[in-house]
Amino acid sequence: MIRLLDEFRCHFAMLRKHTIGLTRIFHTDHLRRSGSQMDTALISKSSSGSMDSYSRRQTSSLALPHQPSRPPRHDQYEISGLTSFYLVVLGGCSSFVIPELCSNYITCILITLAINAILCVSLNLINGYMGEFSVGHAAFMAIGAYGSAIITVKILPLIPFSLSSFLTFPLMVVAGGLLAALVGIPLALLSFKTRGDYLAIITLAFLMIVKSALENISYVGGPRGFLGIPPLTTLPWVYFWAVVTFWIMRHFIHSKWGRSIIAIREDEIAAEAMGVSTRSAKMMTFVISSFFAGIAGGLFAHQIQFINPSSFDILRSTNILVMVYLGGVASLSGSLVGAGVFTILYQILQPLGVWRMVTMPLLLVLLMIFRPRGIMGYQEWSCFKLKE
Amino acid sequence: MSKQQKQIVYFLFFSILLLVGCRSSNQSIKIGLNTELTGEAPAVGASCVKAATLFVNKMNQDGGVDVGGKKKPIELIIADNGSKADEAVVVAQRLITQNEVVAIVGPNISSCAVPASEISENMGCLMISPWSTNIHTTTKNDGAFKKYVFRACFTELVEIPLLAQFAMSHLHLAKAAVLYDMSSESPNSAAHQFQESFLKAGGKIVAMETYTSQDRDFSAQLTKIQASHPDILFIPAYYNDVPLIAEQARNLGITAQFLGYNSWSTPEIIQLDSHHYLDHAYFSNHFSTESDSPLVKKFIQSYQSTYGTAPDDIAALTYDTMGLIVESIIKAGSLNRTAIANMMANIEDFTGVTGTYKFHQGNHDPFKNVIVLTIENEKFVYVTTLQPE
Amino acid sequence: MDYIIQQVINAIQLGSIYGLIALGYSLVYGVLSMMNFAHGDLFMLGAFFCLLLEKIIPLPLWLALLLTMLVIGCLGALLERLAYRPIRHAPKVSAIITSLGCGLILENITLAMSPYPRHMPTLFQNSIFHFHGITISSLQIIVIGISLLLMILLDVMIRCTTLGMVIRALAWNRLMVSLLGIPANRIISFTFALGAALGAAAGLLYALTYPVVSSSMGIAIGWKAFIAAVIGGIGNMRGALLGAFILGSTEVMSITMLPSTYRDLIAYSLLLIILIFKPYGILGEPPTQKI
Repeated sequence: MIRLLDEFRCHFAMLRKHTIGLTRIFHTDHLRRSGSQMDTALISKSSSGSMDSYSRRQTSSLALPHQPSRPPRHDQYEISGLTSFYLVVLGGCSSFVIPELCSNYITCILITLAINAILCVSLNLINGYMGEFSVGHAAFMAIGAYGSAIITVKILPLIPFSLSSFLTFPLMVVAGGLLAALVGIPLALLSFKTRGDYLAIITLAFLMIVKSALENISYVGGPRGFLGIPPLTTLPWVYFWAVVTFWIMRHFIHSKWGRSIIAIREDEIAAEAMGVSTRSAKMMTFVISSFFAGIAGGLFAHQIQFINPSSFDILRSTNILVMVYLGGVASLSGSLVGAGVFTILYQILQPLGVWRMVTMPLLLVLLMIFRPRGIMGYQEWSCFKLKE
Repeated sequence: MSKQQKQIVYFLFFSILLLVGCRSSNQSIKIGLNTELTGEAPAVGASCVKAATLFVNKMNQDGGVDVGGKKKPIELIIADNGSKADEAVVVAQRLITQNEVVAIVGPNISSCAVPASEISENMGCLMISPWSTNIHTTTKNDGAFKKYVFRACFTELVEIPLLAQFAMSHLHLAKAAVLYDMSSESPNSAAHQFQESFLKAGGKIVAMETYTSQDRDFSAQLTKIQASHPDILFIPAYYNDVPLIAEQARNLGITAQFLGYNSWSTPEIIQLDSHHYLDHAYFSNHFSTESDSPLVKKFIQSYQSTYGTAPDDIAALTYDTMGLIVESIIKAGSLNRTAIANMMANIEDFTGVTGTYKFHQGNHDPFKNVIVLTIENEKFVYVTTLQPE
Repeated sequence: MDYIIQQVINAIQLGSIYGLIALGYSLVYGVLSMMNFAHGDLFMLGAFFCLLLEKIIPLPLWLALLLTMLVIGCLGALLERLAYRPIRHAPKVSAIITSLGCGLILENITLAMSPYPRHMPTLFQNSIFHFHGITISSLQIIVIGISLLLMILLDVMIRCTTLGMVIRALAWNRLMVSLLGIPANRIISFTFALGAALGAAAGLLYALTYPVVSSSMGIAIGWKAFIAAVIGGIGNMRGALLGAFILGSTEVMSITMLPSTYRDLIAYSLLLIILIFKPYGILGEPPTQKI
């Protein structure tokens, strides 16, 4: 679906190149913005770079590679907000048409792709933009999934009057997301105290605790799993949520908070010294990230119609990590690419059987050695950029 | 070409690959196998594939299946669900819409079978799970049976009460302890079912202990169990944990009688138990290789000559599942999915290798006997047959 | 009383196996400040290699142990050379992900080769002693003995030999060590091999105690041992041991006192609580941040 959208976007961009000479104007805009980014990169380089050679501790900080301060690219064509709006609408229309034209399998894959994209972009916020390392993302997904499933199956039937699922479904998904965001708060509080490896461990322990707790709560079926969730997730709905997620993320990253967390990634102490309120930025990031992971969980639960604690294990977290680092760190378009390539590759490699499980991590290791930023690391398609 | 355009081209290339990769011909009867070749229970999937392939080869050698007066060969489409719920759903959808199968065999593990059954029910494609014992595989939330979903085995509701009664009346042991794998669905519900039925039969449960799959050390739980001095230790667990539990229990001085259920029935369990800690342990099962029936003998012989090992219960149940599907196709005389499912629901007396099948009064769980086996001299030995009321 | 002593023995046995694996984690972290998540899988490979060895030629325990440690040690060094060295100067996130990926590769290759769990042959006659209601097997004594011996040897090596001094120096300041003419790369490879060998030894002992070997055995126990290392303060050898015994006894205690379903919940909550109050583990020191 979204691939289709990109294809169209490409066409539009070509058209623009040949017919309208507007690119120049956008181009200067682009220059101005990347110039300011270069400044931040330079500042952080000068603050940490000189220390590197003396202190091992410094190199051990979890910071990602400094953003390459490359000159702005001349072959990028930007599309206006209005065009992106049309494209989104077009995508929305096709999300209604595709389930009618294509087989259920294709629809199912597209739904999985969109859910993966939401998960991927929400993890990218913590791992890519903030530069922390979270391995507990499956826990937020689990909370969102169980939260929305409980509301659908256990609470909604208690309401005396019946509501159409068109009204209730988004509310349930949002409720699942809010629950996940609520649980994200203590994790954010912990991240004030620890950083780096230890935070990674905390998120891991958190994942194990959530899984273990779900296994012990018989109200949600314990290890037997939660049954009887209605199949409410349809392609238009996931499309809607994916668009909402990407739209909010785009605005978040270009907001005060977004710039703060990028500063935290580059150098937390320098950022604090510059007056960035690191605590509130971290809190905001964790809450938003876990909220969207929860949304993805809710959509997942209503797609599969059955959830059990073992579907939210460390392997699922690893899969999301693969998507993030495959697609590209600190990039919204990268998240989309990562989720797309991963989901499709996973299906194509099906005939390999067990060896599929070898190819995926092998791909990841090779990627880390030869292109640690991922396919789209630190780059953005213009429709994910915000005009100034 | 700019970098960005290149990326888009790669994307399109992948999606075309995906679309092209799933085409298949339309000449044969296509039966899908949605099974667990990787993940937590690879032995289950392997047996399932072996038995299904054996059946298909046999049918095709005989000229195929008679569909409305025309002989057609069977084509088996094997797909792996990795023992994961979400994969099982995707696989079921792919088999139904991409491969256009007339029926699906599997999944075997309940955590995969339950979500996959929802897909089959919604899309109107017959699905038979050979081994899933969870009641929700074939029933909806309101207790009614799903129209398109059947199973080839009995449920825990049938098996475990009979096993509990067997322990009380045949073995005359009344104090039971249970050690079960709490993170797996089937052992968990078997344990609770046993607790309930054993109490109802007049016995006493002195300890209920749990562990998580992948655990290897059970000494703390077993020490606790030993302190309660049970006569029976019921171990609902997947086969690879059972020998470890038995060994550690005996080493700690627990002398209780071991009792198990159908998850034990892979011959692998005997290979893993090289010190014979499990000798004289009883367990309930679907199938015994010692049967006198010529059908069973022939099945065992051909399985043994093809694969070099004796069939386990999953192989036998898969073989019966395939038989049930072919029987329904012949009766329906067409490859219409709904017609086949309707015929399946009316099967009254199909004799398979695991016994006689009867789906009566709209019940989609077959009415079958439970067999009790014991382990002696590295072999499963038949003890008795228990009949449900 | 017997019951409690029996459970204490159980806790010591569990703790000593966790300890051996946790040492491997800490050793590598100490030198490279990198979490080697593939360690649990090296542990699994140790068990598998020994199984293979015993299938081909039945060897006595000590020889099998030495050979397994040697071969898996070399494999560990190879892993470091192929996968970790190219990214040593990359950000640490890459290292974590690479090690996660390597772990999955090793695990799944083993799974593809041997999809079913295998039975581990016994390497010596196991006898069981009963005194006053307490049961202890010779196997348990040997396992605890070998673990403690290896731990003490490692501690002596790190503290009293020149090589140990170099490893400690490397952990302190890699650049300075290289400037002094010490082949840092070789030492790092050696440390990796040492860590892997310890993991392999643990794998062998574990497979002897619980004689079912499967490709997924490394995951669960690997994570547990990792948590033990973190509780003690990762990078600190004695901390790793302390953490291992704390974790072992907490698990056994939670099974003894509560329904056993809560074991994992309590073990991980313990980790979380310790990290809240001691963010860098019990014996770990916070890294000094220079501005």
